Amino acid sequence: MMAMPDAIYGGHSGVTSSDKPLEYRDPNQSVKILGFWLFLATDMLLFGCLFATYLVVRTHTDGGPTARSIFDIPGFTLETFFLLTSSFTGGLSTLAMRNGNKKALVSWFAVTIALGLAFIGLEVHEFIGDVASGATWERSAFLSAFFTLVGTHGSHVTVGLVWMFLTLLQVAKRGITPITARKVFVVNLYWHFLDVVWVFIFTVVYLSGRVM
Amino acid sequence: MAVHGGVTREPGHKKHKATQYIVGYLSSLILTAIAFGLALTHTMRVGPLIVVLTILAGLQIVVQLYFFMHITEGDGPPFHALFLILGLIFTFAIALMSVWIMGFPAFMAQVS
Repeated sequence: MMAMPDAIYGGHSGVTSSDKPLEYRDPNQSVKILGFWLFLATDMLLFGCLFATYLVVRTHTDGGPTARSIFDIPGFTLETFFLLTSSFTGGLSTLAMRNGNKKALVSWFAVTIALGLAFIGLEVHEFIGDVASGATWERSAFLSAFFTLVGTHGSHVTVGLVWMFLTLLQVAKRGITPITARKVFVVNLYWHFLDVVWVFIFTVVYLSGRVM
Repeated sequence: MAVHGGVTREPGHKKHKATQYIVGYLSSLILTAIAFGLALTHTMRVGPLIVVLTILAGLQIVVQLYFFMHITEGDGPPFHALFLILGLIFTFAIALMSVWIMGFPAFMAQVS
């Protein structure tokens, strides 16, 4: 196994590189993490626009289904629980990576993917139920905005699941190197970000929809 | 040099603990439980309730950023935190100002 390039990069930014977490020790990798934070800032704008649209048209139901009539409390509560827990297990995979524990890393990735699949399964089930009851996205402005916002989050989660699975395969094959460590860290940043977006979806869409 | 799971590690390099993640998870569960409890039991009037729910969601951002995303760590100056704060300001500005302007009576009369 290769040694850390400490000798080369030691003293970078006035800190000896071994003081830093594994994913930041190689400057080539840490600049990619910085770039990913920039992506998250822009992805946030996408969701900001979709939330703005939803908030503006949420009462425009055109006599069709309303928020109160289609939102199923046990369904979105369970979805929330699965996603919050998967954010935690994703965090534990970052922890395993930092401790150099490949077996734990792969296991926590598998648990996170399973929870993410459960979340997506429930969401698809919810959407199918809505459509079957006549709440299609062409029915009203409210439903168009609802399916676009929640569906964009759901497709982000789907992409995240594929991405995490591919990262899992790379870790299983190559072990924990500065490169795979950065990949593990970045996919988890994305996953935690999606958890935050979901917190706003259940607050702005589901809970507010039940009380207003 | 102790070799552990394929990663060379310096002697005395401290093992990272799960405490931070457990605290983060419990905080997110508690904040979520409060939000669901308040919204679904109808104990508050709608106006103040929406404000409380928004504050709870804001705290969840802090929990994820600090406990899970390690916003305070990094290599060099905290540029990533600046990107994120700027992104958050734009996001909230877009959403809240849209709500504000579209709530004007002139607009409410036109779009229904």
